[in-house]
Amino acid sequence: MGGLILLATLLVVAPLILIFFYLIKEGVGAINLDFFTKVPAPEGETGGGLANAILGSIEMLALASVIGVLVGVSGGIFLSEYPRHPLMPTVRMISDVLAGIPAIVMGLVAYGLIVLQFGFSGFAGALALGFLMIPIVVRTTEEVLKLVPLTVREAGLALGLPKWLVTLRIVLPAAAGGIVTGVMLALARVAGEAAPLLFTAFGNSGINLDPSKPMSALPLEIYRGATSAYDENQRLAKAGALLLITLIFLTSLLARRASRRK
Amino acid sequence: MSEPTQSPARPPAQASLSSRSDRLFEILILALASIIVLIFLLSVYQLGTESLPALKRFGLDFFTQRTWNPVTGTYGAVAMITGTLVTSLVALAISVPLAIASALFVAEYAPKWLANPVGYLIELLAAVPSVVYGLWALFVIAPILSRWEQGFFQSPDKIALYTSCKNLWDSGSTNLQCFFVPSSFDGRGLALAIIILTVMILPYTASVARDVIRLVPQEQREAMYALGATKWEVISRAILPYARAGIMGGVILALGRALGETLAVAMVIGDSQDIIKSLFGGASTMASVIANQFGDAQETLHRSSVVTLGLTLFFLSVVVNYVARLIIARLTPKGIQ
Repeated sequence: MGGLILLATLLVVAPLILIFFYLIKEGVGAINLDFFTKVPAPEGETGGGLANAILGSIEMLALASVIGVLVGVSGGIFLSEYPRHPLMPTVRMISDVLAGIPAIVMGLVAYGLIVLQFGFSGFAGALALGFLMIPIVVRTTEEVLKLVPLTVREAGLALGLPKWLVTLRIVLPAAAGGIVTGVMLALARVAGEAAPLLFTAFGNSGINLDPSKPMSALPLEIYRGATSAYDENQRLAKAGALLLITLIFLTSLLARRASRRK
Repeated sequence: MSEPTQSPARPPAQASLSSRSDRLFEILILALASIIVLIFLLSVYQLGTESLPALKRFGLDFFTQRTWNPVTGTYGAVAMITGTLVTSLVALAISVPLAIASALFVAEYAPKWLANPVGYLIELLAAVPSVVYGLWALFVIAPILSRWEQGFFQSPDKIALYTSCKNLWDSGSTNLQCFFVPSSFDGRGLALAIIILTVMILPYTASVARDVIRLVPQEQREAMYALGATKWEVISRAILPYARAGIMGGVILALGRALGETLAVAMVIGDSQDIIKSLFGGASTMASVIANQFGDAQETLHRSSVVTLGLTLFFLSVVVNYVARLIIARLTPKGIQ
């Protein structure tokens, strides 16, 4: 039985290793200065890079974090510090349910909320990604806030501090490491999402820093390149996938390190 | 000592000031937290209103009609619904035993120096973006499957079999034998979608299973060993039954992931709007149709039908996640979360 279990485990881990080595083999050659500074060459031509996608991803993830962190951390504070509030069970349940909503459906929602009125834009993409971040941030924030001993709160209250100051100045800083970990995990999770961006950010073959206009992102370019018939686009897609997967792995590694040290 | 000396140090005015600021803070936090509820309600409203044209036009027929044809303006979702269920459930059936085995390896068999890295690798599997899985499936697995599919047609009787199956498929049906005859030769199709989904949902079940197996009390194991049980007997009689509920919760979470998994599936499933005919032929899922068609859907009815698929997926995932939560909360023995 032990042998079978070892074999099954090897089967489980094999795809990860195969994917990683495939991307290194195929993608590493395409990662050079051009990759970071140029936009994809027109179809059928050679050269170019993914500067448009890298900048777009950074900008949309930054915007998404504003939504994800503000609402997510507040939600976590609410669940942990006001456990007797009548709305608490509703917020907890809905936050859990949101965690399971497929990303593409969130894309449809963001499309209806923003794109229908204002057209494709980086904002619409960031909104969809921000919505996807919220449940993850809520979860981890609630969990780490609950790890802060009650006596710490009591000590603050006993000094005559109002509850909000205790929460903001004592409890939150004590849990800051864990919250940062949660935010990083949430970022790693949504950084690779292309589905909700298909009809929100839409993509852009040029460099665009204005979030009210269509914008590209790494996963979007990977999708376009992988399904393209041109070798050159496929090559860029593989290099983009290598970059994306490396960044995501590094982020989750750092997040894990940080949470273990605590 | 100082009840009397302390109370003048905290005058009533300041106390009411701090309780007022507490109130303000509570309102602020509640307002921000309510955005979570608002997002949910907005999503229901948004998907609901955009689904209306299709639901008004087709009613419940939308869920029982087999034809999905933008040209004639007929939209029935049976093919996508079966596609979603078949890919998800088959992928689940393959992945669950593998996931449990790997969880047992990490929690029970592996020495510590090996258990941690392997557990970490399995978690990384969950971090690989859908689109990267899709790329890999398209460039690495599809050619392998394609070679096999083309190799199938080396003998005349196989070609005759394909011809008779082709007639059956064209008439809109299939039988068990024809279900295993390739109908596409580029490797894309139902089988590839199932393979990639299996890999993608493995880590969800595996990490939940590992966590609950680790939480099984040590006494439980020791008691079995004291009775002279072998390692496998301990696992099958003392550990797995105890962790059953938690594992089940993980399985249902993985099902939720599988139902909504989009791009990897959309890239490899072959995007056929017909009902499934062959394991090695094109199919589609609700999520893959949204990804492939929403952008191009110009007509109101087409667009609305695609959103209705989104609404269906929305409710399906709400129900599945809710059930997973219930199972984990209710059936799990105390001490296992």
